Amino acid sequence: MRPLLAIENLTVSFDETRVLHGVDFSIGKGEALGLVGESGSGKSVTWLAALGLLPRSAKVAGRVLLDGQNILGAPEGALDHVRGRRVAMIFQDPASALNPVLTIRRQLSETLALHRGLSGRSLQAECKRLLDLVGIPDAERRLSAYPHEFSGGQNQRIMIAMALSGNPDLLIADEPTTALDVTIQAQILELLGRVRRETGMAMVLISHDLGVVSENCDRVAVMYAGRVVEKARAGELFDDPCHPYSNGLIGALPPLDGERRRLTAIGGTVPDPRNMPAGCAFAPRCALETAACKAVPPLLVPVGPGRDVACHVVAAQRQMHVGQAAE
Amino acid sequence: MTGPLVQARALRKVYASRRGIFGRVSHVRAVDDVSLEIAKGETLGLVGESGSGKSTTGRLVLGLEQADNGEVRFADAPMPSMGTQVWRTQRARVQMIYQDPLGALDKRLTILDQVREPLDIHDIGERSERDQRALELLRSVDLSAEHGRRYPGELSGGQRQRAVLARALATRPEFLVCDEPVSALDVSIQAQVVNLLCDLQDRLGLTMLFISHDLRVVRQVSHRVAVMYLGQIVETGSADDLFSAPLHPYTRALVSASPAPGRRSADRIVLQGDPPNPADRPSGCAFHPRCANALAACRVTQPTLSQPSATRSVACHLYADGQRSAA
Repeated sequence: MRPLLAIENLTVSFDETRVLHGVDFSIGKGEALGLVGESGSGKSVTWLAALGLLPRSAKVAGRVLLDGQNILGAPEGALDHVRGRRVAMIFQDPASALNPVLTIRRQLSETLALHRGLSGRSLQAECKRLLDLVGIPDAERRLSAYPHEFSGGQNQRIMIAMALSGNPDLLIADEPTTALDVTIQAQILELLGRVRRETGMAMVLISHDLGVVSENCDRVAVMYAGRVVEKARAGELFDDPCHPYSNGLIGALPPLDGERRRLTAIGGTVPDPRNMPAGCAFAPRCALETAACKAVPPLLVPVGPGRDVACHVVAAQRQMHVGQAAE
Repeated sequence: MTGPLVQARALRKVYASRRGIFGRVSHVRAVDDVSLEIAKGETLGLVGESGSGKSTTGRLVLGLEQADNGEVRFADAPMPSMGTQVWRTQRARVQMIYQDPLGALDKRLTILDQVREPLDIHDIGERSERDQRALELLRSVDLSAEHGRRYPGELSGGQRQRAVLARALATRPEFLVCDEPVSALDVSIQAQVVNLLCDLQDRLGLTMLFISHDLRVVRQVSHRVAVMYLGQIVETGSADDLFSAPLHPYTRALVSASPAPGRRSADRIVLQGDPPNPADRPSGCAFHPRCANALAACRVTQPTLSQPSATRSVACHLYADGQRSAA
């Protein structure tokens, strides 16, 4: 079956500095894909590039296929039919994404008029329905309020309402709960889950929090220094991480129950994009490093059903296992 | 037997805030009747969401802010008031670490100079040996002399936080207050700093108050943990007990809302509503409007801390009753 959206060999450079080194993945209809990685890994840039939201100075190449049609580098007019209608995006800081001097009604009406051409009574009714849907109590009255009159969690609900106003097939949620307290985070994630069940919308959840991604996504892609280093089903990734970096990330997370163990920190820091290692970007921090790792960047290769890894050492080991099992 | 190194009794801090220029002045009880004790060499974790008063409590305990009521004792003597000569001498014995290391470092001084500065200010050691001592301090936090020659802007986030830590340790403090020290760091770097904090605590016998919203990190570094909600401590216990068997409904919700990799939440407790405004705190138990187990008494009477076991205390009517009927 054709995926809803497929990204193929996407690269991005700023001023001759390459920050995205050929990213590939796809999202099926109604699927929830998690994108994890630390700051600078390229998880947000991937989507800004795919939706044509980067400044002109950025050099973008590759293909982004929405229902089989390439939208990368499409004219603004064509992109306007995609952004907000087919693919919507929400960000970490709702307060700065909302206009502080306009009421919620004005801002919601604007998107509804733009994407759905609504006006008059049907517009008012739809505004109220959306606020009800995202769980803002007393929606009728609250529509006349300004963003500062809402809490952080409520503002994120309003952002979600706005993203839903165009009935998108895919929602890109970029760290939607990072700025929120943990009990409010639970509310927002529950809301996103409920909306997805009701509308069948697909979602890409970008997060640095492995727990958040694990609990809310079907599949996960792990990014490091502008590349996807591992793709797996959510449960598999956490039970049996392949890539040494995924392994390190999971070991670095303090457990909430059971015995306390010393955290397995990953030594060193993320490489500077202006000064990338010649081979695997993770090699300088990796315990499994070999001569091959220093020379050639590894490609993503399948090591199991729905399981890809970009690591010379692990890929060789796992592929051998797969081969043995086949015999 | 010696008493606790740090002892706070019935601390209260009220801030006056005004809505708009002509608005009525309202009083916000940021910290309300908080008592805590930290034994020598012990780490007490303080968790809570934004606005729970955990940072204010940290500042009160350090004497950086004057409490409106209550008393802080340090090493069996009252904490001197801020700005006095005694306080200044005492400042070498207690240190604080904040979330943002870049804001805590002087951009125009090299790292080595900044680590040396407290030695000059407090006139510690021979002048000629101070650079040597500063280098030793850098080494103790895994930074090299080369790092010492750099400016804060030339270090990564994790390295900066380690530099802040080295500077805080320069005066050989007995007591360290860490306010969200790893919250701004990526997971793999966070693990490095958490491990370092645990090692230093072990090696130097430091006493710590560790403030964070992150339950996992708090559990990892703390011996005992206190949970705050709206300016009050609602539960305390040993780090392992508290998170494996939380008693207070709020602690239960916090633990259940904390996402865990590899687990799909089925029976998550999702609290309704936002944390109430501290300026308009609910009557009775401040948590009752969001509590699924609220009794009639919760609306009227504020629960006091009771002790279900020797190492545990909880401020909740559910347990006060249990105790009474058991007694």
